[in-house]
Amino acid sequence: MTEICCWIDHALTAARPQSIAALVRYFRDLDTAEEAFQEACLRALKTWPDKGPPRDPAAWLIFVGRNAALDGIRRQSRTGELPPEAPVSDLDDAETDMAQRLDDSHFRDDILRLLFVCCDPVLPVNQQIALALRIVSGLSVAEIARAFLSGESAIEQRITRAKRRIAQTQVPFEPPGPLQRAERLSTVATMIYLVFNEGYSATGGTAHIRAALCEEAIRLARLLLTLFPAEPEIMGLMALLLLQHARTPARLDADGAIVLLDDQDRTLWDAKMIAEGLALVEKAVRNQQPGPYQAQAAIAAMHARAKRAEDTNWPQIAALYEALQQLQPTPVVALNRAVAVSKVHGPAQALNMLDELETALVNYFYFHGVKGALLMQLGRAGEAKIAFDRAIARANTAAEAAHIRLQIDRLIKDSDAARTTSR
Amino acid sequence: MQQFAILCYHAESVVCAWSKEEDDAVMAKLSVVQDKLVKAGKLGPVARLMPTTTATTLRKDRTPALVVDGPFAETKEQLLGFYILNCDSLEDALSIARELGEANPGGSYEIRPVAYINTATVPGLAAAT
Repeated sequence: MTEICCWIDHALTAARPQSIAALVRYFRDLDTAEEAFQEACLRALKTWPDKGPPRDPAAWLIFVGRNAALDGIRRQSRTGELPPEAPVSDLDDAETDMAQRLDDSHFRDDILRLLFVCCDPVLPVNQQIALALRIVSGLSVAEIARAFLSGESAIEQRITRAKRRIAQTQVPFEPPGPLQRAERLSTVATMIYLVFNEGYSATGGTAHIRAALCEEAIRLARLLLTLFPAEPEIMGLMALLLLQHARTPARLDADGAIVLLDDQDRTLWDAKMIAEGLALVEKAVRNQQPGPYQAQAAIAAMHARAKRAEDTNWPQIAALYEALQQLQPTPVVALNRAVAVSKVHGPAQALNMLDELETALVNYFYFHGVKGALLMQLGRAGEAKIAFDRAIARANTAAEAAHIRLQIDRLIKDSDAARTTSR
Repeated sequence: MQQFAILCYHAESVVCAWSKEEDDAVMAKLSVVQDKLVKAGKLGPVARLMPTTTATTLRKDRTPALVVDGPFAETKEQLLGFYILNCDSLEDALSIARELGEANPGGSYEIRPVAYINTATVPGLAAAT
């Protein structure tokens, strides 16, 4: 019995994005679509264990959900005008086929539209993420609250607000043109990357909880790539997420402290994810249409290919960062490039590159951490200490602060040692 | 002795959503059966393919053959055979596929990386033709 429940559960989760997306197209309303899907799931739980699963669970759920919602609308407005389509209460295979034919031609744009609705630019980023996790992934409010380390009522409110704002905006329901589709795809890719980062930036004792966000982002990216199998940037995004998430088991030590890439136990990296990520990078690059996700994935691939930290091909990584900086000229990319340059040409040259970034990144924890580390390598301990103190003041988490304190301890120990020897 | 191939089909959206624990549990149960088959001298190579998102398709029904990103998606053609190749890169695999395609035009080849392979072949299987 548990096996059956487990199978049904997986099938319902897997069918969710396509089903909700189609129901949103019918009803043009998130709440109605969600309720219709819930009703269809309840009926599935009642009938599937006895009758066995339908051939196409999503088509079944769309069909049953749509009819259930139409029944509901009719009951509410008995005197009002009837919706155009006749209700069908009993399903046989012929009807399932019909439902499927109805939807196959649409479902790609349906799902893209649904994802796109969730990342409407009128919504703040944290609302976008919460809404996508609730509507598309089907996570419960409690699960989302746990992942955000936040209270359930706060998340509930965030989702309600997001839905209200979306209800006020006009979402175009006609199929998008090629240009519009490309724009939607890029917006949705950004949202998926943000979901991932929300989970990936987690540190300390809560990291394993927040890793669920990374897994959810990977699931969404996989869905997107299945729908758009020939988009190099979506391949790049998927590869990037896999290659980064593969390192998760090695990123924190037993006490929850940050372990830098150079010091990670690479045998803990997930070989299966790395293999898939590398295959996707290779496939993406064949298209010769470079983009920021592909460049980042290519950098992650260089790290993944190095068996030991000292095997890392830093010149190649520095070159990839230069390419990335041309595609995405942001100060953070420039900072990462400086780190790569320090590995190839030494800390002095990298420190020079940091000068022009100071204004833009003055409030960025990582900037001061990098600056401190470079100064430390140059033996300028006093200036390094100042930079590290600035970093601590801007740390987002206890683990980040602890990591910098460790660097300062090392500095002090080194300078003590130097003093002792000079005596 | 007749040789049989068992081709595995399942909904990828479901299988790819398995947690590592669920996936490991399935693989463990399968390996119990496989071990029995090895002892009985019946098991040939077993492979698990990477997800279809890693697939590339070579359409060899035209000249020159056309490389398309994504899995083979036609329903009018049927699976008739397969190769397992050792390659340096995807490009290498594609050029081999092109050469094979020139020898036997028409239809398509789907090129997919292998995620896991158990090459412990049975002596009888290796010799049989």
